[in-house]
Amino acid sequence: MKVSLRVNGKSQEIDVADPSTPLLYVLRDNLGLHGPRFGCGLGQCGACMVHVDGRATFSCVLPVTAVGDRAVTTLEGLMEGGKPNKLQQAFIDEEAAQCGYCISGMVMQAQALLNKKPNPTDDEIRRHMEPNLCRCGTHAAIMRAIKRAAVA
Amino acid sequence: MTLRRILLAAAAVGILVLLVGFGLAWRPAIAPVAANAAVNTDRKTIDHGAELAAIGNCADCHTAANGPAYAGGRPVPTPFGTIYASNLTPDVDTGIGSWSEEAFKRAMRDGVDREGRQLYPAFPYDHFTHATDEDIRALYAFLMSKPAVRNIVPANELDFPFNFRPIVAGWKLLFLHRNALDPDPNKSAEWNRGRYLVEGLGHCGSCHTPRNALGGEKKDSAYAGGAAEGWNAPALNASLVTAHKWTADQLAEYLSTGWHKLHGAAAGPMADVAKNLGRASQDDVRAIATYIASLSPGTEAAKAAIPAGGKVLTDQPADVVAIYNGACAKCHNDRHDVGPSQAVSLAYSTAVRQPESANAVRVVMHGIEAYRTDGGPYMPAFAGTLTDEQIASVVEYVRARYTDQPQWTDVKSQIAKARQEGAQP
Repeated sequence: MKVSLRVNGKSQEIDVADPSTPLLYVLRDNLGLHGPRFGCGLGQCGACMVHVDGRATFSCVLPVTAVGDRAVTTLEGLMEGGKPNKLQQAFIDEEAAQCGYCISGMVMQAQALLNKKPNPTDDEIRRHMEPNLCRCGTHAAIMRAIKRAAVA
Repeated sequence: MTLRRILLAAAAVGILVLLVGFGLAWRPAIAPVAANAAVNTDRKTIDHGAELAAIGNCADCHTAANGPAYAGGRPVPTPFGTIYASNLTPDVDTGIGSWSEEAFKRAMRDGVDREGRQLYPAFPYDHFTHATDEDIRALYAFLMSKPAVRNIVPANELDFPFNFRPIVAGWKLLFLHRNALDPDPNKSAEWNRGRYLVEGLGHCGSCHTPRNALGGEKKDSAYAGGAAEGWNAPALNASLVTAHKWTADQLAEYLSTGWHKLHGAAAGPMADVAKNLGRASQDDVRAIATYIASLSPGTEAAKAAIPAGGKVLTDQPADVVAIYNGACAKCHNDRHDVGPSQAVSLAYSTAVRQPESANAVRVVMHGIEAYRTDGGPYMPAFAGTLTDEQIASVVEYVRARYTDQPQWTDVKSQIAKARQEGAQP
């Protein structure tokens, strides 16, 4: 069946065999957007996080047919003029990635917070980032990166 | 002339009622104790108090979101307005640091603070009144052992006339009864212990018993199910509709871990209760389970059976089935394989079988994240993933597929309410 999606500002039509296919699979396999990762597939870890109408969302538990006309943004969609945006650059500058698997989701989750609240407190950042897991333990660097982007 | 006389008489009666009311409402202050007064530092007593505080779920109301434990400030919504839980830490100015054990005992038993002011029954002294002197002493020792936190709690936001504290004295005449819970010699010691904890410090009826217009528990329908912060507190008596009848063993496991494989996870306010009970004496949790199980006598066979995989429905819209398969069935996979999220078949879920959709809607929207740090059951929040229409359609689909109950009619209004309440605390 044909599904139309608006991803990173571009409308596209995709062919899917199963209407319950997760948005994540379509982003990675059909559209070649490899920012969002498959982590747990159960909405537990946050590696697959994208924005749907500006809200950070687990794309692994969102069936592609349920997206409708809502706008999807992936890590790639945050780039500004072909360059990392302020938050992405802050993650790079703080070397917030160790293995990097969770980082796309971390950036998307943090960006959703900064969009609503440009200067969050440490507590607000911690609470907001709770859904996203990092197995390497780079949380301190991730905190620094978010704060750097917030004050920059 | 006659009219004037009637008015005068009415005024006189009114003044008399007020005077009697004040007489009832007036309670003396209890002298403050000096800061750093000798407090009970016996470790065993303090530890016992901590276990009892866990059964009383004290920290849940008396701790603000992400605030220091027991320092108060959490808004407690009631039908009469918002009450802010008080600071129970031993800070002299803003907590209960100047309270003697006698003053603490009076608050627990009679709902009166140290200064003599009436306390609102959001603080469930109609249950705590049953606590023994020894248990109150242990609780007091425990609270006094906590670090003092200076925290000025916001003023209550109550509508007139409820903002006038002395009227609480009238409420107490109706609903505060210190009838002793004499042990029932025909029942086991464990059952009697359970009753003491459930009716007393555990104050289970505060949520699980329906309340009347004055906010008192309807004693003639005890444990017939009530409300808690937008959630339904399911019935604990035989009127509860479940896939599997609760046994004492199952209840004990559920209460101390927040989860049982034949019933699912404790969510909403009950998740906090279960987390606290996990820290209580497990003998006491077992006693509570024994008493609660005795409230619903009956047999397993009386319950209707729906297969774990649900009914086969052929008339459902394809887009709703796609949402169920893509969003729900990843974890609720109907294979008796609960997986890392500990998701049970929805045929077993109590929330799905309730007369109202309040709990099913809130679990879908807010998820279950209370056990995240302890590796317990987990469900992601779908409030931001699915639209209101999608949430409504999938909740109704689950109701149709996994129960033999009539379709809910309140799903849309519950979703709107849950949106207003925001995420679970």
